[in-house]
Amino acid sequence: MGIVIFYLAGAAAIGSAIAVIVQRNPFLAALSLILHLGSLAALYLVLQGDFVAVAQLLVYAGAVMVMFLFVIAYLGDRADLDLRRGGIGAGAAAVAGLAIFIETVVAVSDSNSVLTSPAQVADSFGSPQTIGRLFLTDHLLAFEAISLILLVGAIAGVVLGAGDLLPKRPEGAPDEREPRGERYDLRRELQRREHEAESEVGA
Amino acid sequence: MSPGIGSWITLSSALFCIGLAGVMLRRNPLVILLSLEIMLNAGNLLLVAGSRYVGGNDGHVLALTVMAVAAAEVVVGLGLIVALARRGAPLDVDELRSLRG
Repeated sequence: MGIVIFYLAGAAAIGSAIAVIVQRNPFLAALSLILHLGSLAALYLVLQGDFVAVAQLLVYAGAVMVMFLFVIAYLGDRADLDLRRGGIGAGAAAVAGLAIFIETVVAVSDSNSVLTSPAQVADSFGSPQTIGRLFLTDHLLAFEAISLILLVGAIAGVVLGAGDLLPKRPEGAPDEREPRGERYDLRRELQRREHEAESEVGA
Repeated sequence: MSPGIGSWITLSSALFCIGLAGVMLRRNPLVILLSLEIMLNAGNLLLVAGSRYVGGNDGHVLALTVMAVAAAEVVVGLGLIVALARRGAPLDVDELRSLRG
């Protein structure tokens, strides 16, 4: 039973992961990622990671992906850029990915006798109670660090989302940047827009 | 009946490499964030599998920690993308080279 679910959910996970990276439409890519996260949750269940599976569905497939979909909807067709790197970038990506994968396969095939079957574990393995106890005893530092990270993440979300809070360059500060030809320059573009707005007000 | 840990390592490694290829191939920062999620989840899968085969819940604790860090990372990444979009910058990581000011 476990091995059947392993192959089914594993194939679904790989297929949906490939769909994420080749999909042109970011909305469909995000939906494929939800499928990917769901099949990973099934794999966690095979591994008796009940609590991790539920957290995966709640935190990832629920909260994080909803945030993704909201941002994609907010950006509208601006998010819809079909942009791939060609040439050297694609080649480097393929070589790097394949190299890591082949190395792992070789290492695994060399060590077939190690950990061929799961360990004997109690029924409480992977239960919320066990994990909660670990978080509050052995891994208390990680627990506290998570709370700090989430706090900083929340503050960063507010600061970045409310663009007016970002520090502005002081008036009349010299622009030490060298002009860079035809490339898009965010600062110059903003200055141009400000200038346009001012001249419109003046007219 | 469950496959040996080698199968889990292979699956996790395949997923990680797919995510890596996505990060390096795509130029849309949204899709790069999605590919980062694939990589993080490949790591999570290996943590949970290792936990099961070695026998101990420490891998689960670490996987949950990774989930929390990934959530914070997504907040910051999406916040940056929204801030960029508001300023009219192109959503293309090859064009976004100037981080000053």
